[in-house]
Amino acid sequence: MELFAETWQYLLDADSWTGAGGLVARLLEQLLLTATALAAAMLLGLPLALWLGHLGRGGFLAVNVSNVGRAVPTFALLALLVAADWPGSGDFGPYGRAGLATLIALVLFALPPLITNGYVGMREVPSDVQEAADGMGMSRSQRFWRVELPLALPVVASGVRLALVQVWATATIAALVAGPGLGRIITEGFARNDYAQGMAGAVVVALVALLLEVAAAAVQRAVDPMPSAPSPRGGESLSAAPATVEEAPTGS
Amino acid sequence: MTLLAAADTGPSCYSRFVNEWFCWQYVEDRHEQITDALVEHVLITLAALALGLAIALPLALVARRVPRLESAVLGFSTGVYTVPSLALLPLLVPFTGLSAATVVIGLGLYALTILVRALLDGLRSVPDEVREAATGLGYGRARMLTRIEMPLALPVAMAGLRVAAVSTIALTTVGTLVAYGGLGDLIAHGVQRDFRAELMTAAVLCVVLAVALDVILVVLQRVLTPWTAGLR
Repeated sequence: MELFAETWQYLLDADSWTGAGGLVARLLEQLLLTATALAAAMLLGLPLALWLGHLGRGGFLAVNVSNVGRAVPTFALLALLVAADWPGSGDFGPYGRAGLATLIALVLFALPPLITNGYVGMREVPSDVQEAADGMGMSRSQRFWRVELPLALPVVASGVRLALVQVWATATIAALVAGPGLGRIITEGFARNDYAQGMAGAVVVALVALLLEVAAAAVQRAVDPMPSAPSPRGGESLSAAPATVEEAPTGS
Repeated sequence: MTLLAAADTGPSCYSRFVNEWFCWQYVEDRHEQITDALVEHVLITLAALALGLAIALPLALVARRVPRLESAVLGFSTGVYTVPSLALLPLLVPFTGLSAATVVIGLGLYALTILVRALLDGLRSVPDEVREAATGLGYGRARMLTRIEMPLALPVAMAGLRVAAVSTIALTTVGTLVAYGGLGDLIAHGVQRDFRAELMTAAVLCVVLAVALDVILVVLQRVLTPWTAGLR
């Protein structure tokens, strides 16, 4: 098809990669947004979720936070934040116009998988292991740091991985409110009836998403204290298959 | 534009200086436009879910019968999910053009990820004793599937369908990229014109729609699986 040829042309053209609104600049914007939002969400959500999981309280919160998160359209939330006077749509340092609104929306959307998996991971540490730790005379904090956290780490890491992919995907939507990121390449392409540009942007976004996914999967495997243990479900290859339906990303 | 031009004479919420979040006058004046967007939103969501189910069911059945294909099926459907929705739509445009079909197919592929997994989990949740009992009663494969396995898989499968339905409602808004976003079109227009009432109305309707669909599915599940009523 002709459009594929044009897309290929666009991707080969050095001009489409350089410059203020070029692919490289937009890619960096989106990576910066994703990294900042994920880091902020981890700082906010993980300590809370891990602590609640350790105490065994607040399961209601852990489950419902993701159900509510799924019902609110990312795009609508982003639009509301941009239209509000606060945080406003002015410039925000390297994050650009609509940057702060985008960051807030992204942090909110990264929280559900982090909180749910953090909580569930801590709760799923077998109780006989916990009793063994108590029996060995470990204090509460020793049990938390040396026993529960390492065993919960694979589940926690899978939450981080879900959040990462979700934040990357959601960051693309920021373009619908003229925010930063690769989505701008797509929306600008569509606005100018230059579908080749739209396609090219989509290809780059999708490729980076897959790369992030593969990298996150490798990290997750690396932190597993029992990597040789057979996965209970089997058949998890490249992807990121969320372990259960409940953990499936809200997508965006 | 005409709405904003009427600012001096009309109600205050059309005024650029006030720009209220909630404006009943807007809802009354534009109720036809809002209803159209709402209907489009519902139709796109339902079509996407139907498409997702139509593809997911055979995939799940094949994956269960041929275990070697399972990881391939799950890998494919999750791989699709990794592609951000705003990127998926342009990738479909060469095949479907700027039409509602683009949005329906894109969202259908998304729902697929959740649905295949839920259907597989549902079929796996059928106890082996039940299968053996059915075999002992002389049930063949097809009758076993339709009379025994599918009904018993329903609770788990329906849980997946609820997740898929709610996230599809939310994702339909992104369809505004190709001008078929239902309520998303109103949101985009509201952002463009900085008209808060339009934006807020559409956002609230989206959430209401998601909750309503979820409630309908819960009721449907109760009706379809009367034997679970006592267990709750």
